[in-house]
Amino acid sequence: MGKVFRFDNDVDTDQIIASQYLLFPSVEEMAPHTFESLDADFAKNVRPGDFVVAAENFGCGSSREQAPSVLKALGVKAVLAKSFARIFYRNCINIGLPAIVCKDLYEHVHTGDDIELSMIEGTVTAGGQTFACTKLPAHLQGILDQGGLIASLDV
Amino acid sequence: MGQTLIEKIIARNIGREKVTPGEIVTVNVDRVMVHDIFIPFVADKFEEMGFSKIWDPDKMVLIYDHLVPASQLDDARHFATGDAFAAKYGVRNVHRSDGICHQLMTEAGYVKPGDIAFGTDSHTVTYGCVGAFSTGIGYTEMAGILGTGKLWIRVPETIKVQVDGTLPPNVTSKDVILQILGDLRADGATYKSLEFAGSTFDAMTVASRMTMANMTVECGAKCGLFSPDEKTAEYCGIAPADFKNDTFLQNLKGDPDAVYDRVLTYRAEDFVPVAACPSQVDNIHPVSEIAGKAVDQVFLGSCTNGRLEDLAAAAEILKGRKVAPFVKFIVTPASRKIYREALEAGILETLAEAGAMITHPGCGLCCGRAGGILTDNEVVVATNNRNFLGRMGTSKVQIYLASPKTAAWTAVEGKITVPV
Repeated sequence: MGKVFRFDNDVDTDQIIASQYLLFPSVEEMAPHTFESLDADFAKNVRPGDFVVAAENFGCGSSREQAPSVLKALGVKAVLAKSFARIFYRNCINIGLPAIVCKDLYEHVHTGDDIELSMIEGTVTAGGQTFACTKLPAHLQGILDQGGLIASLDV
Repeated sequence: MGQTLIEKIIARNIGREKVTPGEIVTVNVDRVMVHDIFIPFVADKFEEMGFSKIWDPDKMVLIYDHLVPASQLDDARHFATGDAFAAKYGVRNVHRSDGICHQLMTEAGYVKPGDIAFGTDSHTVTYGCVGAFSTGIGYTEMAGILGTGKLWIRVPETIKVQVDGTLPPNVTSKDVILQILGDLRADGATYKSLEFAGSTFDAMTVASRMTMANMTVECGAKCGLFSPDEKTAEYCGIAPADFKNDTFLQNLKGDPDAVYDRVLTYRAEDFVPVAACPSQVDNIHPVSEIAGKAVDQVFLGSCTNGRLEDLAAAAEILKGRKVAPFVKFIVTPASRKIYREALEAGILETLAEAGAMITHPGCGLCCGRAGGILTDNEVVVATNNRNFLGRMGTSKVQIYLASPKTAAWTAVEGKITVPV
């Protein structure tokens, strides 16, 4: 069980983590500035196990891997959106942060709601209702299961 | 059944007759680009993965552009990390102040038609201007390529954009791509390839095609491709006879019976000067609708519109005119080569005479780090590719994206102006 932080359409990577913080020496130091222009208190309020829920095209814009990385550093368990921008989506899988397409969830939850995610079932439960998510292709699920690209490459 | 342009590039790369959209395949990477902002992260991940050498050091290009010249103390640390990585692993293709990465990758001959290239920046899609499949990835994936020379990709569906006819004289390829983004919306081509075809694109310079390919990521596209022609060959240093005899390149166009996800069709004569209004790239309006709005700054430059023809178009407008009082007009050529050509052609002199501030090639202002960043309630007309909240300064800056012609007229009048 975790709390929802809900965002709208076309949240871009500059909004997730602005470019002036990208040169901070570590992701942990960038993390307090996550979503700063949209919700200045996000980093203070989010707890490990919480969820980011969004509408269409979440993570559009730049290739910065810091965008999913700050979310992971803050303990966000998964990002559940109607759709994702492609580089953000790949970056999530590669760093081991579940990015899950869930078409119907956005309309049924608000910031502060409690939801439960079952990765195995591919479902989310919110307010007594269960919503089906789109399952990942096997190749991608394999990378995610191993904890990201580094673990899966097994050099 | 025929194939689209992207399907042909991927199929050749993996030695197959054809590929099908939706398939996940592993491609052999022809070239990679890493830029200064992310090189420390790439270096960390590369070593964390346990690689001891780069699969082919000459296939990596390291470019310093986002932080050039350094404006903060941390910037210099990135150059030092990059230099150390290049020295340790034998990377010889290093550009420390030659220009913006996406300009250099084709200008300096690193990417050719039919190649597959990846870069750590989202505007890596730019090389579609010469018919190469190129796209942006994160730094962990880049580290993986550096070690293996390979990357998995999903073969994308293709959206074809057909434009025929002659563009009105005050319309540039920037207006065309902005209009297409407005029609497709910011997520309209997510995971897909855009394929441009028609007499309007045939008549365009490679530079104008570059402007369009550059912005295809703004509607989520994986790439935006133009078929290579004689102009492409000349730009890429391919001898006319070699180009003519290369059956792959000659055939690098969408087949008449290829399967498209969607086809958008336009008449070139119908385009008008447009702008992307705050704060979404797909918030497109004719410049005539927003004309008269006072501006504080005008920016001409970036990997979208910092080429010689862009500077020349502005110079033609500014010749004998002055930039309006209180307007800061910042001009940033996209590369050292363009800077020198503009200097030799008298373009920089004309722009400077009119009151422009001419800066060294780089990404500083476009990515909001240096060289003209703005503050609350300021209005800027800019020729770059993103008007996201907070992109060029504070989140209360109003950014309008437009063509070099619209930008130049706006600089003269001090308010948003329809170019003539």
